[in-house]
Amino acid sequence: MSFLFNDFSSWKKYCEEKQLNLHEVVLEYEVKQKGKSPQEIWDGLAAAYQVMKEAIHTGLNDDMTSRSGMVNNGAKKVYQNKLTVLSPEFQQLIARALAAKEVNSCMGRIVAAPTAGASGILPGTLYTLQEIHQLDDKKISEGLLVGAGIALVIEEKASLAGAVGGCQAETGSAAAMASGAIVYCLGGNVDQVFNAVAITIQCMLGLVCDPVAGLVEVPCIVRNASAAAIANSSAQIALSNVSAVIPVDECVEAMGEIGQSMEDKYKETALGGLATTATGQQIAKKVLIQDIEILPDQPDESS
Amino acid sequence: MVTKSSVFEMIGPVMIGPSSSHTAGVVRIARAAIRVLGKKPEKAVITFYNSFARTYEGHGSDKAVIGGLLDFKTDDNRIKNSFEHAKKEKLKYAFKSVGNASTLHPNTLKINLTAGKDKVEILGESLGGGIVNIAEINGFTANFSVSLHTLIITADDVRGSIAFIANVLAQDDCNIATMSVSRKGRNDLACQVIEMDSGLKPLTLKYLESLKWVDEIIYIPDIDL
Ligand code: SF4
Repeated sequence: MSFLFNDFSSWKKYCEEKQLNLHEVVLEYEVKQKGKSPQEIWDGLAAAYQVMKEAIHTGLNDDMTSRSGMVNNGAKKVYQNKLTVLSPEFQQLIARALAAKEVNSCMGRIVAAPTAGASGILPGTLYTLQEIHQLDDKKISEGLLVGAGIALVIEEKASLAGAVGGCQAETGSAAAMASGAIVYCLGGNVDQVFNAVAITIQCMLGLVCDPVAGLVEVPCIVRNASAAAIANSSAQIALSNVSAVIPVDECVEAMGEIGQSMEDKYKETALGGLATTATGQQIAKKVLIQDIEILPDQPDESS
Repeated sequence: MVTKSSVFEMIGPVMIGPSSSHTAGVVRIARAAIRVLGKKPEKAVITFYNSFARTYEGHGSDKAVIGGLLDFKTDDNRIKNSFEHAKKEKLKYAFKSVGNASTLHPNTLKINLTAGKDKVEILGESLGGGIVNIAEINGFTANFSVSLHTLIITADDVRGSIAFIANVLAQDDCNIATMSVSRKGRNDLACQVIEMDSGLKPLTLKYLESLKWVDEIIYIPDIDL
């Protein structure tokens, strides 16, 4: 049994019983479970958010090319494009999510949230949210706590690792965290926050992990942008009280079930999907080291 | 019992990309290696095995391992340019790739370090999420995680030595979390690796070092490698 809450309904129940906000329960969890002081936790969250903002800045300003050549300053191109598809805000959201993730691919400093492969989603969504709605940093830190609580539940009931649950577990979970945090920061109630999580999971279910050449670049980077967009569409839906119909805990269960029955070739092994397309294989051949000393298959004790 | 995750494993860790097993984990193994050597390495030969053998370059694990050997932390921006820093620090290095080492973990690397006459060989496994296991030191089974205070004792395989050392640590109020003993042959040198919840007093270390049958003591305090 988990501590304080182990699923969304017990988290809600604990909030009601103790008259606490969603984020306060997560704070209490960390204080009691990890023996940290609230101040340490707030400082840690502020520091993490600072790194997220720096990653966006780096991705939009420095040269972002990866050794494989698959990353080539994509975020900057989106940011500077004069042709705006939807709105300048949407364009910035996408550029920022790409930027932070490109920094990750190019060996820069990022916050794994919840994993390194999904490290562009919370920076892109929260920074854009803060700017549009003029939120203070404390509010964003609260949103991060809510996001962490969402991830804690998903980790317990499904998985956060691409190698275990496919990409739905990585970018899907990050989108769910972001969506819940957005709704929370805009004053949504507990049901609305959890509904946003449910809707987001429904949108991300089944996504496989099929990185080209095994590198965290293609399709990971563009998926950070799409996940950031889905986090926002779900938040908009949830804040308008449109129900996900399937309750959030059941959505997480579905995610776990899908992850379990997903074939291994779609779990970070680069043995399926985009990784094994003709072009994917060509790139792998070029990028991966071919000059390898191969040991005999079954080394026996005497050798 | 499964330990519950921290908020800062959900929002964190802060690290250098692209992946916790290919960068953060590799940095930590390298930082453990220089502590086992006990001084600045002059030469390093790094062998990447199995899955690492093909992917280490694409994932930047080569830069990560050199960064770690220069004692850069897992979130240090200099890792990206660690090769240039290595040149300045006069650290020579070479990489090798070996596939199909079926007895080894998929993400394994071996680090051979030399400084003057001193040499060490470390076999490390990157288990994901930045968590590592140092599987071997100089051919001895080790199996420690560099997340606790670690004591590595190489000593003659004398009777009662394990009980004796456990006793000394107990006198220093030290709770032993894990302990492994491995030896190369009967009455040969044995290596004890002890992970402890709290740190040791310098005096305790001095005392252990002074024992006739003790060959070498390496102490790695919990410094958040
Ligand atoms: S495709 Fe795989 S490696 Fe890439 S972000 Fe998704 S889970 Fe991570």
